Amino acid sequence: MTMNGNTPTAVDARAVSFSVEAKTLLDGVDVRAGRGHFVGLIGPNGAGKSTLLRTLSGILRHQEGAVSLEGRDLESLPARDVAAILALVPQLAPYTQGFTAFELVLMGRYPHLGRFQVESQTDDRIAREAMRLTETEDFGPRTLETLSGGERQRVFLARALAQQPRILLLDEPTSNLDILHQLTILGLVRRLVDGGLTAIAAIHDLNLAARYCDHLVVLSEGRVVTEGSPEEVLQPETIEAAFGVRSAVYREPVTGALAISLIEPAEEPVAATNGNGVTSAAGR
Amino acid sequence: MQAARLATLRGYRQMGISARLAIGAVVLLALVLVVGLVSLSLGPVDISLRHVAWIILSGVGFETPEFGRTEQLVIEQIRLPRIIVGASVGAALGVAGATMQGLFRNPMADPGIIGVSAGGALGAVVAIAAGLSALFFLALPLFAFAGAIAAAFLVYGIAVVGGHFSMATLLLAGVAVNAFLGAIVSAIIIFLPDNELLREVLFWLAGGLDARAWEHVRIATPLIAGSTALLMLLSRDLNLLMLGDDEARSMGVRVGVTRVVLLAVSALATGAAVAVSGTIAFVGLVTPHVLRLALGPDNRVLIPMSALGGAVFVMVADTVARLVIEPAEMRVGILTAFVGAPFFIALLIKNKRQVYSL
Ligand SMILES: Nc1ncnc2c1ncn2[C@@H]1O[C@H](COP(=O)(O)OP(=O)(O)OP(=O)(O)O)[C@@H](O)[C@H]1O
Ligand SMILES: [Mg+2]
Repeated sequence: MTMNGNTPTAVDARAVSFSVEAKTLLDGVDVRAGRGHFVGLIGPNGAGKSTLLRTLSGILRHQEGAVSLEGRDLESLPARDVAAILALVPQLAPYTQGFTAFELVLMGRYPHLGRFQVESQTDDRIAREAMRLTETEDFGPRTLETLSGGERQRVFLARALAQQPRILLLDEPTSNLDILHQLTILGLVRRLVDGGLTAIAAIHDLNLAARYCDHLVVLSEGRVVTEGSPEEVLQPETIEAAFGVRSAVYREPVTGALAISLIEPAEEPVAATNGNGVTSAAGR
Repeated sequence: MQAARLATLRGYRQMGISARLAIGAVVLLALVLVVGLVSLSLGPVDISLRHVAWIILSGVGFETPEFGRTEQLVIEQIRLPRIIVGASVGAALGVAGATMQGLFRNPMADPGIIGVSAGGALGAVVAIAAGLSALFFLALPLFAFAGAIAAAFLVYGIAVVGGHFSMATLLLAGVAVNAFLGAIVSAIIIFLPDNELLREVLFWLAGGLDARAWEHVRIATPLIAGSTALLMLLSRDLNLLMLGDDEARSMGVRVGVTRVVLLAVSALATGAAVAVSGTIAFVGLVTPHVLRLALGPDNRVLIPMSALGGAVFVMVADTVARLVIEPAEMRVGILTAFVGAPFFIALLIKNKRQVYSL
């Protein structure tokens, strides 16, 4: 990653550890993202991707290590100042209590408003623009409960954009999206990143990660196992070590992008089979 | 009809916050005024609306035609303070209800849930049983207020034991403390030495506004107005808290402090209400609930409108309570529950599918 010498790294986490009770969820994690870079976090379920993103956003307090945002120590920053420069799109959308999509997106303006201020026309415009970018403007008057999973996910992205963050953390932003919106939403993030935004996203789809990210960090059991450019990281050996899946990696002839074909689990999971060759888990 | 109503409400929710506040305030303030004037004119001494208006206008320094001296006394010394206390109590219960429901993310929450009502009841009963209220006119409201606030602190203290706040513990501790204090009140009632005191205690427990005077206005109204203003200032933070602690924190809300302040201020408002009116049931539960169905969940609108709506609710209930069994009086607290509960149930059934979607 090339970085401008005099602007501080947008996100710089060093030796971050986080544990709950006796369980260590993050164990000395180093992650850096320079301004205008798109970093992908990949790793199996339970690797600690969400935990890391929540730590970087200040929701969780890490016990060891240091996180700095644009050169300032996260712990010394008031929550409001953090929210004014950093937005998080959570993996699981919360229960939204009957708020409409537009009301929710407008809440993104919260960190920019004073106690005695109400949203101005400008705030309204910013919220509407965020909804336009995420193609959610039609959902404005509807309550979140009436939206589909993917629609709701895009509304939460719209809210994060309405925050006008310089750092955007995305926790599996495409998990509920149809193939068209996977491309448009990641394409949107990519354009914003090219315009100077810094993004860190947990992504399960390796093809999308390869295509849109500048840099990939592989997490497993709370540790960074490897990191680098998509070409460096996405090797069949790395994928097998991290996920236990055999794969083939090649250049996709049409798009020219790196492509990963998943072949099979490296080892069959130990599962009892019944007489019909159906695993008991599936047959239940 | 139904469709037109829904379309209107949808239109309302799409307006900017200032427009929504202005429209809501104009409508509900007009209601407060109308109900207030009508309420002033009704009672054992019938006073025409015109005379009510003259008396009030002359009270604030305008030249008006002549009116009766008795009428003036009835309005200025009896009905007006009583109505202002009623409106303040309703406003307090309304805002505290809206805040509690938001904080608990639960439309069943009620201002009484943090122990304030039970604590207030105990304080009042102690003041009556010990004979203090007979000696000193303000003993009862002051004891009630102290009891209410002490109980709220106790419940909150239980919820933060071990340095870690838990909303679920707060709710359960509230239920337990309410039951415990209720038992003490029952025990005191059983051992009361004479029937006159017993009557007085039961009378107070039913919640009422009779014989409320300007002293009561001075105790309760400024506290309630101040609390309402503070809750309004924190209503945007409450909106985010409704989405969850993590959500709120990641949007920049100082979750811990904000929650404590919201709890304390609503306890203060409820305590002030309980101090001057006893426990008036249902207003804090129903008012925000009904308004939320109409206006949406945005607390910036809901909190001020719940203040006005609660005021209207209690004013109407008190007026009816004064008139139904003339010359005797019904207790407001009985009436709000008697009318409020069936109304609420009917509303719930009607809106079953629609409670949280417009
Ligand atoms: N409060 C908690 N107490 C105990 N364990 C927890 C807690 N929160 C998370 N964990 C565990 O920490 C690990 C990391 O969780 P995390 O949500 O960060 O995983 P992830 O990489 O985001 O997984 P996924 O791909 O499924 O979203 C998991 O094993 C999870 O069970
Ligand atoms: Mg996750």
